[in-house]
Amino acid sequence: MIEVKNVNKSFDGNQVLRNVSAVFKTGITNMIIGQSGSGKTVLMKSIIGLHRIDSGEIRYDGRNLPDMKMSDIRILRREVGMLFQGSALFDSLSVLENVMYPLEMFSPSTKEEMVERARFCLQHVNLEEKAFGLAPSEISGGMQKRVAIARAIALQPKYLFCDEPNSGLDPKTSLIIDKLIHEITHEFDITTIINSHDMNSVMEIGENIIFIEKGEKAWEGNNSDIFHVDNQALNDFVFASELYKKVKKSNQ
Amino acid sequence: MSLLSETGKYFLLMKRVFVFPDRQKMFFRQFPKELEKLGLQSLPIVAIISVFIGFIMTMQTKLNTSNPLLPVYTTGLVTRDTLLLEFSSTILCLILAGKVGSNIASEIGTMRITEQIDALEIMGVNSANYLILPKIIAFVAMMPFLVIFSMALGVGGGYFVGVLTNIMTTGDYLIGIQYAFVPFYVVYSLIKSMIFAFIISSVAAYYGYYSYGGALDVGKSSTNAVVNGSILILFFNILITKIMLN
Repeated sequence: MIEVKNVNKSFDGNQVLRNVSAVFKTGITNMIIGQSGSGKTVLMKSIIGLHRIDSGEIRYDGRNLPDMKMSDIRILRREVGMLFQGSALFDSLSVLENVMYPLEMFSPSTKEEMVERARFCLQHVNLEEKAFGLAPSEISGGMQKRVAIARAIALQPKYLFCDEPNSGLDPKTSLIIDKLIHEITHEFDITTIINSHDMNSVMEIGENIIFIEKGEKAWEGNNSDIFHVDNQALNDFVFASELYKKVKKSNQ
Repeated sequence: MSLLSETGKYFLLMKRVFVFPDRQKMFFRQFPKELEKLGLQSLPIVAIISVFIGFIMTMQTKLNTSNPLLPVYTTGLVTRDTLLLEFSSTILCLILAGKVGSNIASEIGTMRITEQIDALEIMGVNSANYLILPKIIAFVAMMPFLVIFSMALGVGGGYFVGVLTNIMTTGDYLIGIQYAFVPFYVVYSLIKSMIFAFIISSVAAYYGYYSYGGALDVGKSSTNAVVNGSILILFFNILITKIMLN
């Protein structure tokens, strides 16, 4: 479980996060949603520790990140997996080597065990065997996301962060990626936090949703509650498209 | 103020770079790749430039020192000392600041803007140490070989053009390159070039590591790496010469 308490963060006097508090539970898909520029990426990067917060607490199962030394943060990060918006696969390594990379850095396993684990992770995300030896640039965007997920789960993380996992993907592939993240979260009992503004994802896998508006937490709930909310900013965000307006009408 | 904060940032980065690698085997896997990429792949350009500079140095010296009072070995002597003292260390490093410096800055810069460095940090890897240390050590280690290679080819090029164009005899040239030879000049040149190699690779890595934005910004980082690396080489050249040859 990750607990965020009264987090504030500003850049050059511009306050981006204001007293944000939230609890991200283990074994369910937690989502941070909000418009572009609302502060959701800053919140996620602050939780991971890529941004140092001005005040507040970020507790990983009780361990307060802002109080930790860099060496302790590095150790904590070995329990973290992250799926980046652009996949962030290492260009110089093959697909299999990318997944093996965190194992080679931190696992005491033998080479054979690492290869076996990497292959297991890649098979788990339904990547075809023939792609294992290819370079990241030789595979599609959807396949790159799967490799990134496989790499993120290689060390059996306790915490999984996904930054815009569906950006640049077609709706069908997006759905596959969403389901994959959801399955992995439940199967391995991970604390998953997804940063997204894709409403399909929110409706599909949003078990705990936090809506950020102008740097503040404006709403919290799940994908069923979202249809019956009396929050103008959230309604404007969720029901911006004609499709979701129709979905809302049919739900009422 | 900006210069001061940039310098501080550079030294803080170097503090993160020069620590014991998290995983030695990863360092030793990366090290030969960097030796090949930064050192061996620089051999063709070093060879071409050194041979041609040897050619032109011999021709120019011979053509511009036609005074009969000057000894016959002057051309060989001037060619050798110019190559040993300045060309094969300083000028060669200025050229390599362009090739190697831009390569390092653009590679690390691209990794930064495509979040690959963030990915390393999230995994708990000291990205500065993992990415930069093998490059600096490999380039510094390769530099003496590149300098000796350049010296040999430059002197050889001078000999070749002298004999080929009949502007001087083989004997005159050979006497010239042996006359009043100071072995310390080679040591001076090697030490100087290793310091320059450190400047090129560390400055380029610094600009690449702190790149932000898009492809255009990586280009700017690459340019800054080459320009500032070159200026520092020129500055340190004076400093080292003053210390070592005075």
